[in-house]
Amino acid sequence: MVSEGYSDVRGGRAARRRSWAGWQFVAPFMAVFALVFLAPIAYSLHLSLFRTRLIGGTSFVGADNYLKVLQDPQFWSAFGRVALFLVVQVPIMLFLALLVALAIDSGRLYGSAFFRISVFLPYAVPAVVATLMWGFMYGTRFGLIGNVNEAFGLSLPDPLSPDLILASVGNIVTWEFVGYNMLILYSALRVVNPSLYEAAALDGAGQFRIIWAIKLPALRGALLIATIFSIIGSFQLFNEPSILKTIVPNSIITYFTPNYYAYSLSFQGQQFNYSATVAIVMGIITMVVAYLVQLRGMRKAV
Amino acid sequence: MAITRRRALLLGAALTVSLTAGACGSSGSSGGGGSAGDAAAASAAVSDADIRKALDTGGSITVWAWEPTLKQVVEDFQAKYPKVKVNLVNAGTGNDQYTALQNAVKAGSGVPDVAQVEYYALPQFALAKSVADLGALGAGTLDGTFTPGPWSSVHVGGGIYGLPMDSGPMALFYNKEVFDKYDLKVPATWDEFAAAAESLHKANPKAYITNDAGDAGFTTSMIWQAGGKPYTVDGTTVGIDFTEPGTQKFTALWQKLIDGKLLAPVTSWSDEWYKGLGDGTIAGLVIGAWMPANLESGVKAGEGKWQVAPMPQWEAGGGATAENGGSSLAIPEAGPNKTLAYAFLKYATVDEGVQARVDGGAFPATTAQLRDPKFQDKEFPYFGGQKVNKVLAESASQVVSGWSYLPFQVYANSIFNDTVGKAYTSSTTLRDGLKAWQDASLKYGEEQGFTVRQ
Repeated sequence: MVSEGYSDVRGGRAARRRSWAGWQFVAPFMAVFALVFLAPIAYSLHLSLFRTRLIGGTSFVGADNYLKVLQDPQFWSAFGRVALFLVVQVPIMLFLALLVALAIDSGRLYGSAFFRISVFLPYAVPAVVATLMWGFMYGTRFGLIGNVNEAFGLSLPDPLSPDLILASVGNIVTWEFVGYNMLILYSALRVVNPSLYEAAALDGAGQFRIIWAIKLPALRGALLIATIFSIIGSFQLFNEPSILKTIVPNSIITYFTPNYYAYSLSFQGQQFNYSATVAIVMGIITMVVAYLVQLRGMRKAV
Repeated sequence: MAITRRRALLLGAALTVSLTAGACGSSGSSGGGGSAGDAAAASAAVSDADIRKALDTGGSITVWAWEPTLKQVVEDFQAKYPKVKVNLVNAGTGNDQYTALQNAVKAGSGVPDVAQVEYYALPQFALAKSVADLGALGAGTLDGTFTPGPWSSVHVGGGIYGLPMDSGPMALFYNKEVFDKYDLKVPATWDEFAAAAESLHKANPKAYITNDAGDAGFTTSMIWQAGGKPYTVDGTTVGIDFTEPGTQKFTALWQKLIDGKLLAPVTSWSDEWYKGLGDGTIAGLVIGAWMPANLESGVKAGEGKWQVAPMPQWEAGGGATAENGGSSLAIPEAGPNKTLAYAFLKYATVDEGVQARVDGGAFPATTAQLRDPKFQDKEFPYFGGQKVNKVLAESASQVVSGWSYLPFQVYANSIFNDTVGKAYTSSTTLRDGLKAWQDASLKYGEEQGFTVRQ
């Protein structure tokens, strides 16, 4: 609106020169943005319209790949798995993160700095290392579970069996990301004006009342962000299953998660086109779900 | 068919030629392939002189391989040809490396000059033209250098796409200490093997005669030994049939072992596996002849305890074995320095490199080394002084002929655990698992443009 006002005064030619100057400033960013962001997406879209076969070469197939994904039981099985993961693991993880953030923020915790860093530390451990470590602990022969079984004469169920593997992956992811989400929530709590607490205390509000009436409303924005990050993270689940695959190949099938499915398709099956399609469809689903959650979160905030 | 028309329109001339040659060549044996290679060699511009020149000029090549004895070969090679620098890179074992290689080929950069490719994976790389036909570099003249099994494995559709580096005729590796302790006889037949599996596990519930958590390579090798030919490949026509008699022989035996929980549910090459091999809880392995070096380096605790016996037979007194694994060295089509790469290939698989690798514990694919009395009489301290190579070389001569892998075996093997894996973790039978594997593999073949024989 402001620029329109200026162009009225100075005339078209000046405005054009001015807009060029603007573009020059953004050019470095735009170049990098186009190269590392737009180009790969465009290339994936391009790939998804073709089909390359070992016999017969490459041919244009239009929307065939998309129709195939929508009818692909393996894709929907993978999607169902991450959807279940999302519905169960994310609330547990965010609830734990919330609990820890509130505990640290309460100021009643002894050694809260140490507590904070140790909860956050797993996030600093690379996912590969974390998964390998948990993989060893889950082992029923030589791992922690095996030792517990031996020491107490138990026979705990194998956490790496096909029935329990999703829960075991959920446990690893929770361990990794509670600290990260705690940090988001905790920093949101730190910006609450302390005078609010003083006022609440003067009014005779207890700690739980303060949490309910002040802290939780203040956390709404941060919780929304954390939820959206977690949705994206769940839908993109890849590292943990792909590492566990080497330990328990029967439990992690090649279409365990949509991302792992896309990976198997392209790197084992050389179906780069179909793989790109799976990735795009999953990306769109993720965007839609994240957007819906955001809409709902904002509506509440109003 | 629609496929044929599309192929005619879209296929590159080179691919068409190689496929046509393949259709002719596959009805004959390696002989047909060899002559095609000879023809290519005759017209090739690369001669021994060219190779010598490349070695004198020098340069640098990158080799992707995980085979441990190649390290010595690279050192010797560089000492002999000081102007050549060889970067030996371990880009992962098996499938991990193929992923990286396919990645590099697809990206068109970072492609190595030489790559280790297992026999089962070679047809897939050859068909996709990811690796070069070595006939043009003179590989056709090597007829008779290698044992027939590996040599026919590197022939795909009339071309030679790799030089055999090692071979894996199967044998029974067993922990003699455990066998003696529980008074077990070394099984000569599969029935005896099953009986030994049962009495060992009964005597010590923690011990198993072997491990198997579902392994595509092992399963196909077992079917191979049983005389099964589930895969039929004729040019671009493929068929899969896991209901044939050879496969059924295997499933009947193995289902019994799975149902009795007589197989350690441990994934091969995992840490648990190495531990089990060392502490006697996995008392045996039916595996390829390349295993001694792996035992020596990976299972130090087993020193002096392990022994090698011939592979158990389906019929008493029989003499049938199969290949299990084994790999070739191939030259990626996109590799920057093919002549120098071929010079290294020849050094490592035909010339001095072979002996260095044999000395390092590898199992060769060259007839000269296999027949060498020095090779056969070598005593292995790790195996309590046993002349291991005698057993293994005999196995090499008993490999059942006529086996072929799918031209998309890498993918097929990658979905083995999705399908057959269920037989190891649930009530699904091995037979049903194999049927599911067959269907999924054929579906992929069809999608990839192969003609599927029903």
